Amino acid sequence: MKYLTEFRNGEIAQRMARDIAAIATRPWKIMEVCGGQTHSIIKNGIDQMLPAGIEMIHGPGCPVCVTPLELIDKALAIAAQPGVIFCSFGDMLRVPGTDADLFQIKGAGGDVRVVYSPLDAVELAAKNLDKQVVFFGVGFETTAPANAMSVHVAKRRGLKNFSLLVSHVLVPPAIAAILDSPGNLVQAFLLAGHVCSVMGYWEYPPLAEKYGIPLVVTGFEPLDLLDGIRRAVLQLEAGRHEVENAYGRIVTFEGNQPAQRLLAEVFEVTDRAWRGIGVIPKSGWRLAPAYRDFDAEERFQIQGIHTEESPLCRAGDVLRGAIKPAECAAFGKQCTPRHPLGATMVSSEGACAAYYNYGRFLSAEELAGAGSALTHG
Amino acid sequence: MAEIAKPDIPDFSNWSCPLPLAGYPTIVMGHGGGGKLGNELVEHLFLPAFRNPALENLGDAAVLNLPTGRLAMSTDSFVVQPLFFPGGSIGELAVNGTVNDLAVSGAVPKYLSASFILEEGFPLAQLAAIVEAMAKAAETAGVQIVTGDTKVVERGHGDGCYINTAGIGELRQGIQVGPHRAQPGDAILVSGTIGDHGMAIMSVREGLEFESQIRSDCAALNGMIGAVLDVAGMSVHAMRDPTRGGLASTLNEIAQASGVGIAIDEARLPVRTEVQSACELLGLDPVYVANEGKAVFFVAAEAAETVLAMLRAHPLGKDAALIGHVTSEHKGMLVARTAMGSNRVIATQIGEQLPRIC
Repeated sequence: MKYLTEFRNGEIAQRMARDIAAIATRPWKIMEVCGGQTHSIIKNGIDQMLPAGIEMIHGPGCPVCVTPLELIDKALAIAAQPGVIFCSFGDMLRVPGTDADLFQIKGAGGDVRVVYSPLDAVELAAKNLDKQVVFFGVGFETTAPANAMSVHVAKRRGLKNFSLLVSHVLVPPAIAAILDSPGNLVQAFLLAGHVCSVMGYWEYPPLAEKYGIPLVVTGFEPLDLLDGIRRAVLQLEAGRHEVENAYGRIVTFEGNQPAQRLLAEVFEVTDRAWRGIGVIPKSGWRLAPAYRDFDAEERFQIQGIHTEESPLCRAGDVLRGAIKPAECAAFGKQCTPRHPLGATMVSSEGACAAYYNYGRFLSAEELAGAGSALTHG
Repeated sequence: MAEIAKPDIPDFSNWSCPLPLAGYPTIVMGHGGGGKLGNELVEHLFLPAFRNPALENLGDAAVLNLPTGRLAMSTDSFVVQPLFFPGGSIGELAVNGTVNDLAVSGAVPKYLSASFILEEGFPLAQLAAIVEAMAKAAETAGVQIVTGDTKVVERGHGDGCYINTAGIGELRQGIQVGPHRAQPGDAILVSGTIGDHGMAIMSVREGLEFESQIRSDCAALNGMIGAVLDVAGMSVHAMRDPTRGGLASTLNEIAQASGVGIAIDEARLPVRTEVQSACELLGLDPVYVANEGKAVFFVAAEAAETVLAMLRAHPLGKDAALIGHVTSEHKGMLVARTAMGSNRVIATQIGEQLPRIC
């Protein structure tokens, strides 16, 4: 497969891991921001390949995981209303609200549909003029252009029955919040390649300068990740703190300019609550005044939401990188993908689910033992 | 950009239905009422398609001649949407699904029943296409459909057409297979590429259009399995057809049923490029995607090469591969060596795989 298999070569990966071991003279803690990178690191066992001192801390970059509980409860309330077609990306369906998830709403008769593009939801609206079609627009900068386009198209087509339930979040303010938090351990960041494919990386040099940390734009395949880690370690060892692009086949400094113009037209920056973390100032987007008519929160005016998180769940600590998933007392016991207590156990990008699904309830020794079983086969 | 291939869904506009339609081009409640309309369906559609002596009696039960000995019995219901997809239809699935369940149990499939639950308004032309597909699949698999039933539900209470099939088969002599019989040291073989059926269904169900078409692998496996058992029957300890939940679920089930560990090498898993690409696009893992024409074999290590050669010599097994082995370590668990050389546990999925956001 062009541009995939080339970046999954095990031999080159082993060599890159040895390179990293050769240049690292001290322990370093590096955070990958994006949930897709967390998934790839755990799935491919990249963390097992790194020298002992290089620790990957999993960041808050799973859009499903950081969507606030209150908004999920609002989504559930809207989806349960008769006359509503509620559209969402697939992995939002199992995220637990206070009392239910979207699957249960669907089972109880709600018209909940999985779509692959918000523009499909706009088409649904055009075909079902007697229904209210709502799209659950969550995600980082990556998914924002398509969501912006859906509202833009709906407005142009004069569709009064389409709206967007928006919970967009932004990477740069989250990085700043992590670095400002007391007891921060992160010494370098792998920036999310997909986010940067849209936004470029012109936003990041001031962050590198202010906090004195290396920021490396990184892709998702094993060799991409190892290259990102290697460059971060090189900078750390040399005492440099620059923004570097290790994903040049996709990302440019300027990013996707037409997409950025559309985003600036449709959205405006707002304070946003992050599930498990709290409100981060100016860390999200909401619909700009010219598009406010398409805001599902305005249209449906859901009142009386009382949210309650599980007292056992430490998703917030996981999302901040303060603990590893397996260090949570509920991990794999009260909290499993079957009975998730928090969103990080639900999404395939969530750190807890990644650890659980790829068997990180085994100890390092047990996993190594599993390997020895393979070699004599 | 290559031209987008159209799924090979039959064009019903020119369909010549073998039925005298009695004025009804679609299913009406009366087709399930036990009266004249129902009889017409049987006489003009089911009988000509499935014709065999046991069915022709049209009794309340088929009377069968079977050898004395051990029999295997299985049943499965089919509710797939869409009903027609690239590489097959609900008709082939309904026959092959039950045939394969019998075959992987070490039985020679003989007779099937077929029950239809039809929704009022379902086009007769589509029913005829499904029945014809079933007849062809039964002929290919060498089984007879000897009894059946039709019910009609009101419009809105069904999804066009549901089919249940049950089947019986004769257990082969000297074969001892079962999901609890896998032993440490066994080699694990899969008869071909994984994930084809699930991605073929998804490509038409979800309105996704890929540059190259993915076809379902739907096929009857009894011929291929028979060829393997003829030669290496005593060495085969367990067989399964990894349908829903994919290869990962099947291997986990056998690991747990046999109380053994399973180790596979991810780099050896046969996956078509277009299936892998579609999975990447949607954030799915082909090990969890359904197959309808593949079998997994657990065989004694010394027979592995023979069985692999047997499989590759069969048209349905040309992409067969040795993917791993059974170990006494990590009992009840499936562990894969990744292409990077590290290890990961592949757990059973909780529900359906959900496409990721980004």
